[in-house]
Amino acid sequence: MKIRPFRLALLALSLLIPAALAAVVLFLLIYAGPALGFNGFGFISRITWNLGDLYSDPVTTRGVLVPPGASYGILVFVVGTLLSSGIAILIAVPLSVGAAIFLSEIVPPRVRPVLSMLVELVAVVPSVVFGLWGIAVLVPFIGNILGPALSDTLGFIPIFAGGNSGGGYGLLAAAVVLALMITPIIATTLLDALMQVPKENRESAFALGATHFEVVSKAMMPMVRTTLIGGIVLALGRALGETMAVLMVSGGGLNILPSSLFSPISTIASFIVSQLDSAEGDPTNMAVRSLAEIALVLFIITLITNAGAKLLTSGLPHVHLRSKKH
Amino acid sequence: MSISVAKSTSTSAKTVRSAQELRRIVTSKIGWIACGIALLLVIGPLLDIVWVVAYNGFSAFRPSLFYSSTPPTGVGLWNAIEGTIVISLCAMLVAVPIGVGAGIYLSEYGNNRLGGTIRFLSDVLTGTPSIVLGYFSYIVLVGLLGWGLAAPAGAVTIAILIVPYLARITELALRQVPVAMREAGFALGATEPTVIFKIVMPGALSGVVTGALLALAISVGETAPLIYTAGFSAYPLDLSHPVHSFLTSQIGYLTYVIWSFIEQPDAQSHALAFAAALLVMLFVLAINIGVRLAVRRTKFV
Repeated sequence: MKIRPFRLALLALSLLIPAALAAVVLFLLIYAGPALGFNGFGFISRITWNLGDLYSDPVTTRGVLVPPGASYGILVFVVGTLLSSGIAILIAVPLSVGAAIFLSEIVPPRVRPVLSMLVELVAVVPSVVFGLWGIAVLVPFIGNILGPALSDTLGFIPIFAGGNSGGGYGLLAAAVVLALMITPIIATTLLDALMQVPKENRESAFALGATHFEVVSKAMMPMVRTTLIGGIVLALGRALGETMAVLMVSGGGLNILPSSLFSPISTIASFIVSQLDSAEGDPTNMAVRSLAEIALVLFIITLITNAGAKLLTSGLPHVHLRSKKH
Repeated sequence: MSISVAKSTSTSAKTVRSAQELRRIVTSKIGWIACGIALLLVIGPLLDIVWVVAYNGFSAFRPSLFYSSTPPTGVGLWNAIEGTIVISLCAMLVAVPIGVGAGIYLSEYGNNRLGGTIRFLSDVLTGTPSIVLGYFSYIVLVGLLGWGLAAPAGAVTIAILIVPYLARITELALRQVPVAMREAGFALGATEPTVIFKIVMPGALSGVVTGALLALAISVGETAPLIYTAGFSAYPLDLSHPVHSFLTSQIGYLTYVIWSFIEQPDAQSHALAFAAALLVMLFVLAINIGVRLAVRRTKFV
């Protein structure tokens, strides 16, 4: 076999990508190693995150040195992550489906590029800018108008209670900001798919006497369902890992599970940023190691989500064609 | 008698059908209105974000932003602007050769199992939350390798973040170049590097430039992976010892200003946060327009 230096050089460059990924996983795993043993499986199910008494002499617990009273549990952050992303999906899906349908069917082709460019532009707006808008506009709106209104009318349902007291920071603010950030992902995916539906399918539905809306909802939407679900899962992956925007509006809840839409929360990602400073004060380093374990948990959650999105969309054309002829 | 019964059933069937028709028409109308409202609810907040940032940002705009540093050293953003430029450019210097090289490999020689694996792992890296990469760099670059909180650790973290984007966009761009053009090059006796750099790359240049610009936009907009790798400093680089200062001192960047200054109580800090947000938004907007122009210029039919 002939040795081709040019190809080998290119191969070496491209192998740096898997190498970087492997290094990230490996070093987080090695570094979190002692924490994995100390925290055990209860890591995910414990509610309390307590660094312990950092000023006393460390004690040996379960074979490792930790500050007395240290207990690392991340259930609150896992719940906060899943809830905020889940609610964001619940808000974003109907909005982006409606927007994509309206863009593809009603908006004149000449106006469409302008609107779709605006939607695409959002995809590159940095997440701190969303957080900034959240603090400047959304949080006061929820704190002064939406929260009291929801609590006064629906306050007998526990999840809507407590809107009058908080300043607007909390689960709902985080979910709305996340929803805004992921709407363009879902909407552009769906818009692309809708534009690819063959003319014949639309026309045959019209010929059967369907109204324009029925053509879209009953003939076109079923064809793009898989793509839509793939886009939603992709957006979910983005929402789960989002850090700054959530950190800025979520209220930073600790050690208590959220009980209503207005409860302060922390997500896994925002917790890492907000806690590293205090974790560095731990002389045994166990807090920093436990944060590495959290980062691993986040990595695994997003990996599963993105793999799911990939499985849903790979090998399938954007439009699922039912007739065998195509 | 029997005729009239038949007649009445047929008319009643007709009224039933028209009621159903009416329902379908009304449902469709409601559906369209709901879709229109959805579009407004999507576009409205987005326009509001642009408006809020532009209005507050331009109100806070003054020349001192560009020569004075952030408080407590000054009343501007110069240290953050400089830091963002330094970190982004260094990240691009590291990432572009790797990303473009990987993209070339994936497009030209990657149609096998190895290529598929690299592609898959590259997608995994793209999907990895940026804070996870930042935490890795904090442990390994800042701690283990002893780089400390400084521009190099921040730039390498950003580079890890953008390499997979660059690789995939480069690959897609190169695949747009017709195979016949490569064959024509080989038929003239050109070597592989010549074909790739003299024929394929020029043809795919607009795509590669698009990828690089998008990567630049990402690196300018990132915050989370920089907080514990680049740190933050209210002082610009010490220009009397630029290399030493670059390698060892913490460095400011615009997105950090947005995040931390909006949480300060005073109006001046808020104004700086909005000014920083405006600069970042203008930059991202400029890149977006640049991308559109680049894409428009060359297209293979």
